[in-house]
Amino acid sequence: MSTITFKTHQLTCHPDETLLDAMLRKNIDVPYNCKSGSCHTCLMRSSDQTPPVKAQEGLKPTQKQQNYFLACLCKPDQDMTITLPDAADKFITYGKVISKHPLSKDIIELKLECNNPLSFKAGQFVNLMKPDGVYRSYSIANTPNKNNIIEFHIRILPGGQFSEWIYNDLAIGDQIPITDAKGNCFYIPERQEQGLLLIGTGSGLAPLAGILMDALEQKHTGPIHLLHGSKNKEGLYRFNEMKSLAEQQQNFHYTACISGDTTPETYTRGRANEVALKKITDLKGWRVYLCGHPDMVEQTKKQAFLQGAAMQDIYADAFFLTPRS
Amino acid sequence: MSDSLFDKLGGEAAVDAAVDIFYRKVLTDSTINRFFDGVDMEKQAAKQKNFLTMAFGGPNNYTGEDMRKGHAHLVKQGLSDSHFDAVAGHLKSTLEELNVADNLINEVLAIAESTREDVLGR
Ligand SMILES: Cc1cc2nc3c(=O)[nH]c(=O)nc-3n(C[C@H](O)[C@H](O)[C@H](O)COP(=O)(O)OP(=O)(O)OC[C@H]3O[C@@H](n4cnc5c(N)ncnc54)[C@H](O)[C@@H]3O)c2cc1C
Ligand code: HEM
Repeated sequence: MSTITFKTHQLTCHPDETLLDAMLRKNIDVPYNCKSGSCHTCLMRSSDQTPPVKAQEGLKPTQKQQNYFLACLCKPDQDMTITLPDAADKFITYGKVISKHPLSKDIIELKLECNNPLSFKAGQFVNLMKPDGVYRSYSIANTPNKNNIIEFHIRILPGGQFSEWIYNDLAIGDQIPITDAKGNCFYIPERQEQGLLLIGTGSGLAPLAGILMDALEQKHTGPIHLLHGSKNKEGLYRFNEMKSLAEQQQNFHYTACISGDTTPETYTRGRANEVALKKITDLKGWRVYLCGHPDMVEQTKKQAFLQGAAMQDIYADAFFLTPRS
Repeated sequence: MSDSLFDKLGGEAAVDAAVDIFYRKVLTDSTINRFFDGVDMEKQAAKQKNFLTMAFGGPNNYTGEDMRKGHAHLVKQGLSDSHFDAVAGHLKSTLEELNVADNLINEVLAIAESTREDVLGR
């Protein structure tokens, strides 16, 4: 028998009962549907214990690592504190602006120093909040480091509430509230011989650059292909850096793709996702990371799957815009 | 004690093995893939898992009424016997690819067949 803490509730889960049934028995209102581990509606997260193996069946490896589990499959073998997957945004630290400089005409690199260590994996995202309470998600472009510095690539959208504020008003030394890191789009050092295919458009390079560094630092042995796409050459920031990295790292390959009309030498013509899926036609056994424009991400997810990538091996972060209220 | 069909097929793990293969077949079949043009592919895939769990005789809470309601919007879009046959065909070839024994395949197909009138809203 184990004691489960959920928000303000303390409940007992009997040995032969699933956690979901225990919660429903107590009339706690939680989302669920199939009660058989298929639909993932009752996804939850343990904030203190590693959930039972059985309760994590069918989840993505990156979810397992973060102690996500399915309540309908979970027969707890010890006391646990649990939360819903997107429990209200908690701003857990402040980041002090230590640098802000342009990467391209409309993308800036922002570096924040956290005053409390932030636990994250490169490629996850956090929410940042401005003084009037408006907040937005941004992906972390670097790997954890002892200076507690996190890096973002932020695209300035004309009329964009948050991005224009960063561009116009945010100054060195200012402090911004930051949530804990979220998202499943990051590198884990399993099956290191697997091919990695990283496709991003615009500032979608941010999480991919982080994932790439993480994979290289953790000595990934399989081939790693990064395809970065933009309308024009100016949008392909970090071109020189990526190109020379590809020259040094034998298993890393970089393709800079331009979808617009002029394609200077050493750039590839076409959309990054289309170029990638033509380049690697059989994705069986590959791990695929997709970041950036939501339409690109959705379309490529499907195409990568049809070309043989397993659903479990496709990680995506679509940069959805917040609908205007 | 005799194992259920679901256990004989390999349970949860069998569903996991089958779902990618099955869903890939469905999405590439131009006679039926328009029905599956969901916005979120992962949610669709989770539903395919529910479908397979049910067809494999596994634990599920679906009733005939649920099947009727769940496919009613597709019937409006013209879902018919030929589409049903196509899905059943993909189910069969998925199981064949996984080297499932013929007698078990037939049991699965019989479960699928038993839902035909509900799925097609008749
Ligand atoms: C998981 C995730 C990760 C992300 N990571 C990054 C990242 O690393 N880098 C990055 O640059 N972005 C990222 N984004 C996007 C980011 O969160 C913001 O959505 C983006 O910066 C725009 O915010 P904003 O407040 O500047 O623009 P908003 O004020 O939200 O407006 C967005 C744009 O749409 C237009 N718009 C919106 N509604 C209307 C309307 N009704 N009529 C006319 N125009 C409209 C605005 O003019 C503007 O151009 C991410 C998003 C998600 C979900
Ligand atoms: C063989 C018999 C069939 C069975 C047992 C079956 C079963 C199911 C089940 C269990 C679901 C999941 C419902 C949910 O969890 O929300 C589902 C959804 C769905 N089925 Fe079927 N199905 C069958 C045939 C078909 C056919 C022939 C088609 C179309 C060609 C089809 C198209 C769909 C679609 C598109 C969905 C998702 C609907 C949505 O987005 O809400 N099914 N089906």
